[in-house]
Amino acid sequence: MKRLLLVFLLILLVFLLYGLRRGSKEGFCHLTLIGSTSVQPFAERLAEEFMAENKGYLLDVQGGGSTAGIQAVRQDTAHIGMSSRELKGEERTLKSYLICYDALAVIVHPANPIENLSIREIREIYAGRKRSWREFGWKDRAIDVITREEGSGTRSSFEDLVMKGEEIAPTVMVQDSNGSVREIVANDPYAIGYISFGLVDRRVKAVSIDGVRPTEENIKRKVYRFVRPFLFITKGAPKACEQNFISFVLSERGQGILKREGLIPVL
Amino acid sequence: MKREEIHIEWTFRLFAFSSLLFLFLILFFILFEGSPLLYKVGLRSVLLEQRWAPTKGSFGILPMVVSSFLVTFGALCLGAPLGLFCAIFLSEYASRSVRMVLKPTLELLAAIPSVVYGFMGVVYLVPIVREYLGGPGFSLLTTSLVLGIMILPTITSISFDAMQSVPGPFREGSYAMGATRWQTIWRITLPSARSGIVAGFILGMGRAIGETMAVIMVAGNALSIPKGLLEPLRTLTGNIALELAYATGEHRSALFTTGVILLLIIMIFNSVANFVVKKRIVR
Repeated sequence: MKRLLLVFLLILLVFLLYGLRRGSKEGFCHLTLIGSTSVQPFAERLAEEFMAENKGYLLDVQGGGSTAGIQAVRQDTAHIGMSSRELKGEERTLKSYLICYDALAVIVHPANPIENLSIREIREIYAGRKRSWREFGWKDRAIDVITREEGSGTRSSFEDLVMKGEEIAPTVMVQDSNGSVREIVANDPYAIGYISFGLVDRRVKAVSIDGVRPTEENIKRKVYRFVRPFLFITKGAPKACEQNFISFVLSERGQGILKREGLIPVL
Repeated sequence: MKREEIHIEWTFRLFAFSSLLFLFLILFFILFEGSPLLYKVGLRSVLLEQRWAPTKGSFGILPMVVSSFLVTFGALCLGAPLGLFCAIFLSEYASRSVRMVLKPTLELLAAIPSVVYGFMGVVYLVPIVREYLGGPGFSLLTTSLVLGIMILPTITSISFDAMQSVPGPFREGSYAMGATRWQTIWRITLPSARSGIVAGFILGMGRAIGETMAVIMVAGNALSIPKGLLEPLRTLTGNIALELAYATGEHRSALFTTGVILLLIIMIFNSVANFVVKKRIVR
């Protein structure tokens, strides 16, 4: 019995020592990124490229939402936070890096004949005042409106840009990621939703807003106004590991990747 | 007693009580995180207000409480008759070999992870409801159907056990009086097993109200009380799971408050079920 215990303790000790040695290994960086589900897929792409080019880095990208990401940085559970909205209130004490801009796209099913909506019309749909597609000259069928959940960065940008202080009606359906909003709109001909422009694909149709089509050019020329920033957040000045990754993202190479993914680079 | 025996007994005692410890830890933390807000805004405004905008200072969860009960009731409407009939067949009609196949199949139904039920619901049920019945497809009806199938195993196996525990002489006496098989089931077996069957229904309801993943996927999660079978809704569990990731400050406490209410409801369900079963044993 005693011998067994001794063996067990020895094994434990070996593991501990191994872990310590590994953790303190010279030049090895393990970074955790937490935050917005809008930024997440792009951060993953960037992390992949970065790890392929630089040995000794391990980047772990997780979702959870802008607020959760900012919170995680404050509590030191993440090295870098990802946010799809500006910092507000107390959060301003953190250091933020603008990595690119993203546009919000209002999406409908490809079978929907509507090509253009005004900001006012979108607001009326989400406030629950316009409930039927007939009011837009299509079928007399209720609009299946989808929004994001309370606390989401995408939702708060949408509220700032569209709702202008009005509230989203309680009858509106709620989904908890860009992906599931897109999934529903892609399958329901009568649905309307909003997602990150970079995530629009051929299964959904992004409508023009106030007559402006959401194209990369219009976004870059700032004609299309549904634009929000993507931020990386650190607590205080970044350490060497973090700085290296952020520099990579802001470099021509990193910005090029973001551009190819449909985002608007800051360079 | 030898000293070794005492050690062993205490080790086992420790492990046995650890489950109690976990329960109390969970209770403690939910209450600890959830009750400050409950005190601040008051139980009445949490339970009776309709507006849920936790980042803007409104914490009414009435629509979710109502929706939770609605889907639970809906699930029972489907699950109770199906489960009961299944149990009657298994216990009273099925031959040994049929039972050998059916019972494990039902248990397998209980072992399927809830996310799979939700996925099937989204991929098949939602489009069918949208296409043929109208509405967005994410609805009270869809959620009730999915939950009804999910609670089927619970209801069936508990009702089955209750009917199996009805003593054989009861049935034999009935047959001796010239009753048919159906008369025996309807007049003798079911009434004798009543409390066990009711306990099965209540535990099934407990399962339905506590289900989260499948519900989020098919309910649509709208914040208002559904006015019809085809309208979307949000349950208490869905509310917590949907918003927890992003919640901070009061929003977070409000979700814990939702947890407190949910816990209360489930505790009531379980105590009622226990009470019903105990009454049977005493008798």
